[in-house]
Amino acid sequence: MHLMYFTEQPMSAYDEQAGRDFGATALMFPNKHFDPVAGSRLYNNYIEQYMLAEEVGIDGIMLNEHHNAPFCMQAKANIFAAILAGMTKKTKIVMLGNPLPLAENPIRLAEELAMIDMISKGRLVSGFVRGGGQEQLATGVNPAFNRERFEEAHDLVVQAWTRPGPFRYEGTHYQHRVVNPWAVPLQKPYPRVWIPGVISKETIVWAAQQRYPYIALNTSIEQTKKIWELYDQVALQSGYVGGPENRGYLIQVHISDNEDKARENARQFRWMQGEFTGLAHPVWSTPSGYGSPTNRRAFVEFAAGRAINPRGNTSFEQQVEDLRIIYGTPKTVVAKLKRILEQTRPGILALWGNDGRVSQEDSLTCVRLMGQEVFPAIREIAKSLDLKSPFEANAPVHLKYSTDLKPAKAAAAE
Amino acid sequence: MAVDWASSTIEAGGTKLHVKRAGRGRPVLVLHHETGTLDDLPFYDALAANHAVIVPHHPGYSRSERPDWMRSVRDIAVVYRGLLSELKVARAALVGLGFGGWIAAEMATMAPADLSHLVLVGAMGIKPPQGDILDLAVTGYMDYARAAFHDQKAFDRVYGAEPSVDQLEMWDICREMSFRIAWKPYMYSQTLPHLLKSMRAPALIVWGDDDKVVPISAGKRYLESLPDAHLEIVRSCGHAVDMEQPEALAKLVTNFIGRE
Repeated sequence: MHLMYFTEQPMSAYDEQAGRDFGATALMFPNKHFDPVAGSRLYNNYIEQYMLAEEVGIDGIMLNEHHNAPFCMQAKANIFAAILAGMTKKTKIVMLGNPLPLAENPIRLAEELAMIDMISKGRLVSGFVRGGGQEQLATGVNPAFNRERFEEAHDLVVQAWTRPGPFRYEGTHYQHRVVNPWAVPLQKPYPRVWIPGVISKETIVWAAQQRYPYIALNTSIEQTKKIWELYDQVALQSGYVGGPENRGYLIQVHISDNEDKARENARQFRWMQGEFTGLAHPVWSTPSGYGSPTNRRAFVEFAAGRAINPRGNTSFEQQVEDLRIIYGTPKTVVAKLKRILEQTRPGILALWGNDGRVSQEDSLTCVRLMGQEVFPAIREIAKSLDLKSPFEANAPVHLKYSTDLKPAKAAAAE
Repeated sequence: MAVDWASSTIEAGGTKLHVKRAGRGRPVLVLHHETGTLDDLPFYDALAANHAVIVPHHPGYSRSERPDWMRSVRDIAVVYRGLLSELKVARAALVGLGFGGWIAAEMATMAPADLSHLVLVGAMGIKPPQGDILDLAVTGYMDYARAAFHDQKAFDRVYGAEPSVDQLEMWDICREMSFRIAWKPYMYSQTLPHLLKSMRAPALIVWGDDDKVVPISAGKRYLESLPDAHLEIVRSCGHAVDMEQPEALAKLVTNFIGRE
C-alpha cells in the first residue's frame, strides 16, 4: 500500500462574500481577490505541512495544479515538486498531475520532470491529467483538441525520456525540429505514471491500455467499483489482470483528536459551495469539444439551467453517509477507511486532509495523526487484504515493459 | 409568398455539404453565422424573391457533417470555392452574416475576379481596432445567442423564448467546430485586412447600430481595407441583422446587387 497526503492548497484568505456576489469563484472571478501577502504565508504553511508529512513517515505527497481560482493555489505543480525534491529525503513526489494538453512544448515539461527526478534521487511519480475545462480557457488552449493533445504530448514526453536523441518529432499538434534533451530521468525506463480522473470513461480505458494505475478522485464506492470493472475489462483485453497495484483512490479525510472538531473542520471540504473547483459557469468547466460527445445532450440541458448537474451535487451529510467525506479521530477514521479498502481494494491511497479555512494548527495535527496513527493501522489492514502498491508489486511502468502478458482469452481465464 | 426550396447534399472537394437553393436571377451565396442556421429564415425567403439563392450549411455546422481535418476558416472558404465550381456558378454575389462574413471575405481574396458583389454583415474576420469580438468560450449558449439581438422579442420570434434542447445541442456542436477552426487568434485573421486590398468587386458593409458581438470598429477596418466599399448602419438592430430585420437587410442587399 502506498499512502499519501494531499491538499488542494486553498487560497483561504479570499473574500467568500465577493465570490457569492460575483456568482462564480473560478476563471473570471477577479484576481483582485487574491491576496499575495496571505498567499506568501499560505504557500509556506503548505511547505510546513509537507515537511511534517515526511517526518511522520507518509509515503508520498500528492501535488496538482489549477488556475484562476481560490480552491487551489498551485498554478504549476512542478514548482512545488522541485521544492520538495530539494527539501525532502524520503517521501515520493506524486504529481497528479501535470495537465499535458496545456503544454505548448512537452519537451520542456519532460526536461523539468527529469530534473525533479534527478534532484529527488528518483522519487518522482509523474502523473498526467487532461486538465479541467477552465484550465484550458485560463491558458488559452483549445478544448476541442484536449484529448488529442493529451495523448500526443504523452507520446512525446515518453519519447523524450526514453528514445536516444537527437530525433525529429512531427505530430498533429506538436512539431519539434530537434528532440535531444540533456536532462533525462534517473528512474528507468522512466518514472511511474499514474492517471487520476473522475468521470471520463475514455481516460479509464486509456490508462488501462497503458497499464498505468488509475487514481479515482473522491468517487463513491459504487462509482469506484464501476471504474475498476471497466479498467479490469480493458486490462484483460490488453493481456494482463488488473489488481490493487493498478488502483488508486483519493478521499477527503480530516483527522483530529476530537470528533466535534473533526466534524467542524470536515465541513470545510464543502467550502467551495459543494463544488470541488468552485462555482463556475458550466460552459467554463466543460467547454464545447472538451467532454465526451455522448454526454453532450445532458450537459447542454444542465448548462442552460434546465436540468441538475449530471455529475451530481450532494449535501455534506449525504457525502458523509456515502463515505466520500470521512472525519474523526484516528480510530473512527480507520474503521471507515477499512470498509472502503475492503470493497474497492486499492494499492494506492491518498488522503485529502485539509481544505478551506482549516487552521494551520489543526492541519498539522491532521497530518501528524495521519502519519503516526492512521497510516500504520491502514498498512496492517492492507497487508491482511494483500493490497500491494505498484512499488511493492514491482509492476511494470508501462504495458510495453510487461513480462507477463497473455493472450486476452488466457488472461480472462485466470 | 411561399418559396420553394430544394435541399440536397453536394460533395465539394471530398466534403459533403447540406445545401438549400431557391429563386432565380443573379446567384447569391449566403453564408450563415457561427451559431449555425435554422432551416428556414425570412431573410432567405426575401432574397430568393429576387435572386438565385444558395445557402450551404458550413462543414461542421447544422446539417453538414464535420470534416475532422479542417483547421482554419480559410479551409471552409476553399471548400466553398469548390462548391461554386461544382455548381458551375460564376461571379456570384457573396453575402456573409457575422462569422459567414469572414468566410465570404476569405473567398473574395482567393479569386478577386470571381464574384460580383461582396456583402459583409457584422462580419468577423478582422481584429476590431476598438473592443473585442464576444467570446463564445466564456458565454453561455442562451446568453450568446441572445447577445446577437437588440430586441429580445426578435430572438423569441426566431428561436422561441425557450429554445429546444435540440437547438442547445446544435449550438454546442457549432461551438465545437468554431473552436476547432477559429480558436486562436479568436475569430479573426491577421492577414485578411492586407489581402483584401486586391478586391475589385464593390462591397457593402452592414452593421446593426447595437452590435454586441462584433464591435463596429471592425466594420470600419473593413471599410478601409476594401478598395470599393461603403457602410450602412441599421438602426435599432443587433448583430444578427438577418434575423432581426430580415426585410430591411434583404432590401439593402437587393438594391446593392441591382446597382450595376
